[in-house]
Amino acid sequence: MPTEREWPLYEVFIRSRGGLDHKHVGSLHAVDPAMAIERARDVYTRRQEGVSIWVVRSADITASDPAQADAWFEPARDKVYRHPTFYQIPAEVETL
Amino acid sequence: MSRFAYVLRLGDTSLVLAQRLGEWVGHAPVLEEELSLANLALDLLGQARYLLTYAGELEGRGRDEDALAFLRTEAEFRNVQLAEQPNGDFACTIVRQVLLDVFQVELYDRLQHSRDTRLGGIAATALRESRYHLRYSTGWLTRLGDGTEESHARTQAAVERLWPFTRELCDPDPIDAEMCAQGIAPDLDEVREAWTARVAAAFSTATLTPPAATAFAWYGKRGEHGEHLGHLLTQMQYLQRAYPGARW
Repeated sequence: MPTEREWPLYEVFIRSRGGLDHKHVGSLHAVDPAMAIERARDVYTRRQEGVSIWVVRSADITASDPAQADAWFEPARDKVYRHPTFYQIPAEVETL
Repeated sequence: MSRFAYVLRLGDTSLVLAQRLGEWVGHAPVLEEELSLANLALDLLGQARYLLTYAGELEGRGRDEDALAFLRTEAEFRNVQLAEQPNGDFACTIVRQVLLDVFQVELYDRLQHSRDTRLGGIAATALRESRYHLRYSTGWLTRLGDGTEESHARTQAAVERLWPFTRELCDPDPIDAEMCAQGIAPDLDEVREAWTARVAAAFSTATLTPPAATAFAWYGKRGEHGEHLGHLLTQMQYLQRAYPGARW
């Protein structure tokens, strides 16, 4: 896209250590994914914050509409029975 | 004393290059590049600290890293002249970086097996950093060289301007020869061969043309410097010059 003057925005996800999931840490501008991941290393892992990086173009993320939050998320509020809090936990189970 | 002189050269080259890269802070094209350049500068400063500390111990006259960095004049610095060349435009900074990154990677890769285990340890640590620096700088070299007409022209112009300063990198003098004979430093002829091949490959990918070898050469590592180093030191050493012995 040679007509594009601004570098596209990328979202950056970092896994802080093995076994944990990647967490969103911020965003940056880069011309392509290869540059984005290198800049992410320089911007977001300077203090040993991570062992793995994902980047994804912000434009490729499909997000829910905050204006629709009422309709989307409120209906779950009074459905406490969806939480697994009504089970008796057997005494033998140690790590639940 | 040859070993002191040799380690001082390596330390000074990293220190002066770090200072140059640090000059981009507040002036880089975009925030992301500014942080990347500052990261390179901090890595190099770290290398310089280890090397100058060790050089001071080898000298045995009680000079520590700070005394060597801040209390010497330009004629006493032993960095290669390429390191002190001004930043110029972004292309110029990148070309200078590629030429020195390749040199440091090829040198440290061999120096890590030095008979001097202290020096070898410093080289092994520095090698990991320099490999990332090279990845950064060659990435930009390709983007600029193989980019637009203007970026190509600017990058090729930077190559022409900086090329004469590359000769001293792998041109052994008596100190290099003595260190090599003692198994402390690698054979610079071998380093030159590797440097030439790797730079040629990077230039080819970036559609750049290496200039012909120049007959004239400068030897910053013998204390011959251009006008630029003195100005660089006035900034780097400002605090010690204005407030001698200042501590905090």
